[in-house]
Amino acid sequence: MGWFDRLRQGLEKTRALIRRSFSNISAEDLEELEIALLSADVGPKTTERLLEELKAKWKASPDEKLSSLLKSSITSLFPPPFNIIDRFLNGKWVILVIGVNGSGKTTTIGKLGKLLKDRGKSVIFVAGDTFRAAAIEQLEIWGERVGIPVIKHREGADPGAVAFDGLKSAKARNIDIVIVDTAGRLHTKYNLMEELKKVRRVIEREKEDYQLYTLLVIDATMGQNAINQARMFNEALMVDGIAVTKLDGTAKGGVVISIVSELKIPVVLVGVGEDIDDMQSFNSEEFVNALFWEMN
Amino acid sequence: MFEVLTQRIQNVFDRIKRRGKLSEADIQEVLREIRITLLEADVNYKVVKEFLERVREKALQESVLKSVSPSEQILKIIYEELTSLLGGEGKTEKGLPSSIMLVGLQGSGKTTTAGKLAMYYKKRQGRPLLVACDTRRPAAIQQLEVIGNSINVPVYKEDTDPVTIAENAVRFAKEKVYMPVILDTSGRLHIDDELMDELRKTYERVNPQEVFLVVDAMTGQDAVNIGESFAKVVPLTGIILTKMDGDARGGSALSMRAVTGVPIVFVGIGEKFDAIEPFYPDRIASRILGMGDIKTLVEKVESAVSKERVEKSLEKFTLNDFMEQLKEIRNMGPLDQLMNLIPGFSRLTTKIPISVDEKRLKRIEAIISSMTIEERENPHIINASRKKRIARGSGTTVQEINQLLKQYEQIKGMIKQFSQLEKKGRFPLSGGRLW
Repeated sequence: MGWFDRLRQGLEKTRALIRRSFSNISAEDLEELEIALLSADVGPKTTERLLEELKAKWKASPDEKLSSLLKSSITSLFPPPFNIIDRFLNGKWVILVIGVNGSGKTTTIGKLGKLLKDRGKSVIFVAGDTFRAAAIEQLEIWGERVGIPVIKHREGADPGAVAFDGLKSAKARNIDIVIVDTAGRLHTKYNLMEELKKVRRVIEREKEDYQLYTLLVIDATMGQNAINQARMFNEALMVDGIAVTKLDGTAKGGVVISIVSELKIPVVLVGVGEDIDDMQSFNSEEFVNALFWEMN
Repeated sequence: MFEVLTQRIQNVFDRIKRRGKLSEADIQEVLREIRITLLEADVNYKVVKEFLERVREKALQESVLKSVSPSEQILKIIYEELTSLLGGEGKTEKGLPSSIMLVGLQGSGKTTTAGKLAMYYKKRQGRPLLVACDTRRPAAIQQLEVIGNSINVPVYKEDTDPVTIAENAVRFAKEKVYMPVILDTSGRLHIDDELMDELRKTYERVNPQEVFLVVDAMTGQDAVNIGESFAKVVPLTGIILTKMDGDARGGSALSMRAVTGVPIVFVGIGEKFDAIEPFYPDRIASRILGMGDIKTLVEKVESAVSKERVEKSLEKFTLNDFMEQLKEIRNMGPLDQLMNLIPGFSRLTTKIPISVDEKRLKRIEAIISSMTIEERENPHIINASRKKRIARGSGTTVQEINQLLKQYEQIKGMIKQFSQLEKKGRFPLSGGRLW
């Protein structure tokens, strides 16, 4: 769990502060707290809202520790923790993986595929990124590494057609889980979003007894623009869950607090390293703990 | 969501107006609005703090407080400070560099940028060589090869470690007179000591003329850590901001610039290999302030639509002109990309698709061809019975004709606005009232 340690780094001052109760806290202390939230990419509006809430709560119970007040404020925004991997173990699933360029879709697919295969599921990858140069090869290398077959067409092929073939092949071979890669696209590109909707329609039409799960990949390094990303991908495709990648850096991914509270989309997976096993099920309490103070 | 800063500040000043004089407390309130705007644009909070301090000092000067239009004065100060912090006027062309090393986090867009730079310098009499130093990410070398192939630029690769590849490639380029040599390195986290050390070694071995840090425009508060860490390991000479064709406000540009002290040299603005352009601080400044990249938009429209036509259109914009415009706009590239440059529009594009596709264009052509010359010159005479006739003639419906006429009116309105923009001069200081 090295990433938690790293998330906690540089927050010594804040941690000392939030252990104190509110009654002996000054305006400077509150500013310190504000800085901690802002520097974690929580964003000015959500930060302001959280601090207002904190003040109101303190009025009601001035002896309460600041840490527990803030903790409950943030964790209450997240749905109760659940393990997405366990959910994928029941029934058959098509997991459609989407996101902006460079967010880490293909890497997420490789790691997620391995997690599910290790739990005894039969998995195939579908190389739906037919746009970016060598994206298909990238997925194939992941497929070789984790021993998962890849259904592919040529570069420039229609991604909807690749998805169609992927499902057909999965049905024929009685595969449990189909993970569909897609080309990275900025959420503001109308035509590319339409293309993605088409891929989704193809899956909806052909899936039979498979359940569709749309997974949005968000880079923890992103700032407030991630809210726009989530909102627009969700409007176009109905996102079921979010995977937050690159949490092993110094970025804290605080923007997901705004995403979850505003759009009610759960965060289900976190990528915490370069190694093949560095993908975990998301736990909101751990996430909040890691953001602000030591784990209990 | 996209509250325009100018409007917010205007609101504060409107309240002040009712009270009479402008006080220090009022300025504080204005600064608060600016703070939120900058933080929302992902400018690092420390950078915001320093920036506001500077604006405050200037804003408190007598001349501002007593001026007739303090709101515009303050906006001017903010805009100018922001522009100067971003690097003043656009960077002048330095000619062909001999070698460029691209560094950055995973997924920031190094490989795509390498291709774009190769194309950029090729167009400027260069003989670029792409070097595949990313031996880590699966298929990264193939990706560079495919790119090199499609833009006709040779790619140097070797089955060894990145440092040796870089060194051999530079020697190879000297022999064969390639310039610039563009080194595409692996993406790495700035806290990965081992990989950062590899970067240092590569730099020391080949001593590239330029070291560009490639940064995603959507980067958040962490931009300062990233910038600082990379600058510590290799002497950066410039920053390239990628994915600026989305709706990211790009505040990280300001953070990066503040912590590294090196200029932003290029911005990536699309998926195609010619989608890279030099950095213009004033444009990003208006974008960070949430005012949209008006200047780029105006320029794009201007270069696509010939000046004579615009001038003629302004006198009398007929349906014939409309037809011509549609054809020209189509040649400008995807309209959604264009609309992103307008403040607040980026969110609308998914809801109001504005696309000029070939099929629709044909139908529009049919409709206009079914009109009399008089109708084309004076569309307002088209009444219900004329619409029915045109629909029959063109094999379309009255609805479609209504739609076309509506679009025509919209475009006509837009042209008027652009001409006003031009007359007013630089947009960002006009107080954002146009939109």
